[in-house]
Amino acid sequence: MSRNADHPNAPERDPIEPLESGRARKPISTTSEWTFELIRQYDEEIAKCAAEFGLDTYPNQVEVISAEQMMDAYSSVGMPVGYHHWSFGKQFLQTSKGYERGQMGLAYEIVINSNPCIAYLMEENTLPMQALVIAHASYGHNSFFKGNYLFRTWTDASAIIDYLVFARNYVAECEERYGVTEVEEILDSCHALMNYGVDRYKRPAPISATEEARRQKEREEYQQRRINDLWRTIPTPEGDEDPVKRTHRYPSEPQENLLYFIEKNAPLLETWQRELVRIVRKLGQYFYPQRQTQVMNEGWATFWHYTLLHRMYEKGLVTDGFMLEFLQSHTAVVYQPPFDSPWYSGINPYTLGFSIFTDLRRICETPTEEDREWFPDIAGQNWLETVHFAMRNFKDESFIQQFLSPKVMRDLKLFAIENDELDDHYTVTAIHDDPGYRTLREKLARQYNLSYREPNIQVWNVDVRGDRSLTLRHITVDRVPLGPETEEVLRHAHRLWGFDVHLESLDEGAVMETYHCP
Amino acid sequence: MGMTHIVDRRLNGKNKSAVNRERFLRRYRHHIKKAVSEAVHRRSITDVERGESISIPSRDIDEPVFHHGQGGRREMVHPGNHEWVAGDTIEKPEGGGGRGSGQGQASPDGEGMDEFAFQITQEEFLDFLFDDLELPNLARKKLKDTEAFNYVRAGFTNQGIPAKLDVVRSLRGAHARRLGLGGARKRKIRELERQLADLRSAADDADPVFSKADQIQALEEEIARLKANVKRIPFIDDIDLRYRQHVKEPRPATSAVMFCLMDVSGSMTQVHKDIAKRFFILLYLFLKKNYKKIEVVFIRHHTSAKEVDEEEFFYSRETGGTIVSSALRLMHQIIEARYSPAEWNIYAAQASDGDNWNDDSPICSQLLANQLLPLVQYYAYVEITPNDHQMLWYQYEEVQEHFPEAFAMQQIADPGDIYPVFRQLFERKAA
Repeated sequence: MSRNADHPNAPERDPIEPLESGRARKPISTTSEWTFELIRQYDEEIAKCAAEFGLDTYPNQVEVISAEQMMDAYSSVGMPVGYHHWSFGKQFLQTSKGYERGQMGLAYEIVINSNPCIAYLMEENTLPMQALVIAHASYGHNSFFKGNYLFRTWTDASAIIDYLVFARNYVAECEERYGVTEVEEILDSCHALMNYGVDRYKRPAPISATEEARRQKEREEYQQRRINDLWRTIPTPEGDEDPVKRTHRYPSEPQENLLYFIEKNAPLLETWQRELVRIVRKLGQYFYPQRQTQVMNEGWATFWHYTLLHRMYEKGLVTDGFMLEFLQSHTAVVYQPPFDSPWYSGINPYTLGFSIFTDLRRICETPTEEDREWFPDIAGQNWLETVHFAMRNFKDESFIQQFLSPKVMRDLKLFAIENDELDDHYTVTAIHDDPGYRTLREKLARQYNLSYREPNIQVWNVDVRGDRSLTLRHITVDRVPLGPETEEVLRHAHRLWGFDVHLESLDEGAVMETYHCP
Repeated sequence: MGMTHIVDRRLNGKNKSAVNRERFLRRYRHHIKKAVSEAVHRRSITDVERGESISIPSRDIDEPVFHHGQGGRREMVHPGNHEWVAGDTIEKPEGGGGRGSGQGQASPDGEGMDEFAFQITQEEFLDFLFDDLELPNLARKKLKDTEAFNYVRAGFTNQGIPAKLDVVRSLRGAHARRLGLGGARKRKIRELERQLADLRSAADDADPVFSKADQIQALEEEIARLKANVKRIPFIDDIDLRYRQHVKEPRPATSAVMFCLMDVSGSMTQVHKDIAKRFFILLYLFLKKNYKKIEVVFIRHHTSAKEVDEEEFFYSRETGGTIVSSALRLMHQIIEARYSPAEWNIYAAQASDGDNWNDDSPICSQLLANQLLPLVQYYAYVEITPNDHQMLWYQYEEVQEHFPEAFAMQQIADPGDIYPVFRQLFERKAA
């Protein structure tokens, strides 16, 4: 292919082994039809490139699946093994309908945070797409799962599959024993509180299936004893009158892990029901890092598919046609519609994350005056070390706070807008200009703070001596109230707790609104 | 860095979601049943080969979680600023709310957010329709019949077990392949051999560069090469193999015939006929589910009866009096001529407004009791009238007393009654 020989290689500025210029291109393939052998060859070459850049990954398992299987994978929220529940069926119906009508393309891939790291490739993808997906998932996401501190803290990649199998079997067993409806009701209620199943500041014990199965028996006996202890206190009339005892709250400190609190303290739950609460809580924990690192995770994976495939091109391993197709997909992935576009649905995490990582490299390699002022520690430093450092030690909120540069804000033309229900107008509070950069960055970072995205609700008190009612507290931020589904969620909390559940919404220490069930 | 393991999962089960899907349908069966019974009203009697689109109000299937509501003070960062600078204000659109918060999820499809729409398959459609319905006497018949199949020849395939190998076909295929692959070369060989013979018989023209002996040798080498080539074509190859294919086909015993009898005399209005039609649709659908093969016979009558096609049955207009027995007689004739009860399960549904020539009604009950009911699995009579019963109804009541297993009758006053009445007629009898 003579046109390949004419094409000059891009200027080399990596710390990576430079390539002799004019070296003949020997592309791995020239068609866009994939075969297993070609996938294997591409993976081998991508792995070599990834190694040059020091990407540290779990072993990979690449699974080629059909579109139908991809829909299955979708609907179990990316869990390769899931317990049965109607909500996954609903998800499946939604996905297949969208897909059949052509309203929605399926994702090119799904990747599981497990060891080995499982990536699903759709058989319909062309060869360049398969290569993109391998670079993106099997080397990008994979190295993120292995390196990022949140994933290291909250998930155990080597145990998750076993745990999911345990969970599935346990749920199936319960269904057999206690009935599908009974189990479904408990799971429904747990799902409603799934996002409140994590202690943000305590490191959890890693989950493991064998351990879990062994301990589950012990727990059964121990838990019931413990619950009985808690509720044994027979209320004495004098005690109730004692003002000191009355102001004594249980728990003494507010608890943010609602599911854990319910699992350990709900008076009426059967042991198997407690175990179900625990299963959903553990899954919530597994997904917790993903909810906080979407921008970083997608940005990192996108940055690496881009970098790795360009490296392949430099080595002459892929053709111009391959690159054209790849770049077309890449461009679509990182497209950010402006706020006034009909396609706008918030900031595209791929765009934001990719822009920040790409700009980090630029700041290291060709810093401007502005960069030296804003990023004195990294301007001119080794880019590879810098991006790895950023990947390992941050989550979306802190990552943006630390690394969002004025250039990226200018490129994306970011602006902050305030909507106060007390005003009859919106106010533009900051834009991509000198006075605005810092505020803008702070505001965008806050937007990715979980407690800003989701209402901050904690266990406040249990009336241990009285009617056993559970009181939750919601601390409002900027007077933002709870949504219309609140009553519905309380009904679920009530089902688990078994006695009255109250929810107080507080603004600056004063109770603004209360919800009750029943 | 570990080795990558590449797996082909495409042949693994693809219905991992089947259970979850079924759980969903189970949970919302009330919604789905309602949608299904509405769809039945719209469909033609033969239109049972497809599923149905079901809509459920989104709020009914929501999975609630704690969310922020509207209100308070929100600040959001957006991309794509054109002209604004810090401090600019923008009027809120009338009606409050507005977007602004950017938290709202746009509907992923064109449909409104208020409806969750999905498809159920034909199979599911029917399952919902006939949920816990069963024809009387069916269980018995079913035990004997349903899984009875004959294997029928259905052409050839290139995969199969050795026992089904068709030798003649396979060899014929091999022959064709050998011709296809070797024909050109064999022609060439013949051509060269002719040249060789010519050359041998020709005089030596003493070409100094390419002597006769050399030419002969070249030709001989070429012929030998081609012959070796042809020899390498295998006599029989995997792709030549042909196997006989068989498919399962239900035996006639799993066939049913359904007689639709309807009064089309002047007193039957189009409204009556529409109601009757829906009843027949239900019966048809129901039989379709229980029998592999089903035929429908339409008999319309006023003072005389006639076998017609579906279109004429439901939509052509007639006037005149009514003699019900004419239809019963015709049905009996047709059974004798075409549907031997030994091979066919016979069902009949009769729709009428109850009007009949009074002297004829006793004849009808005689015909039913003595001739028809011994032959049929089930005979259902629906009287479509809001009015008082006439002679025919009372005569039929006597029949019902004598044949409670094979005969049923009900009154339908308006379309809303059809489905409940149908259920009542074919309600699962406690075994």
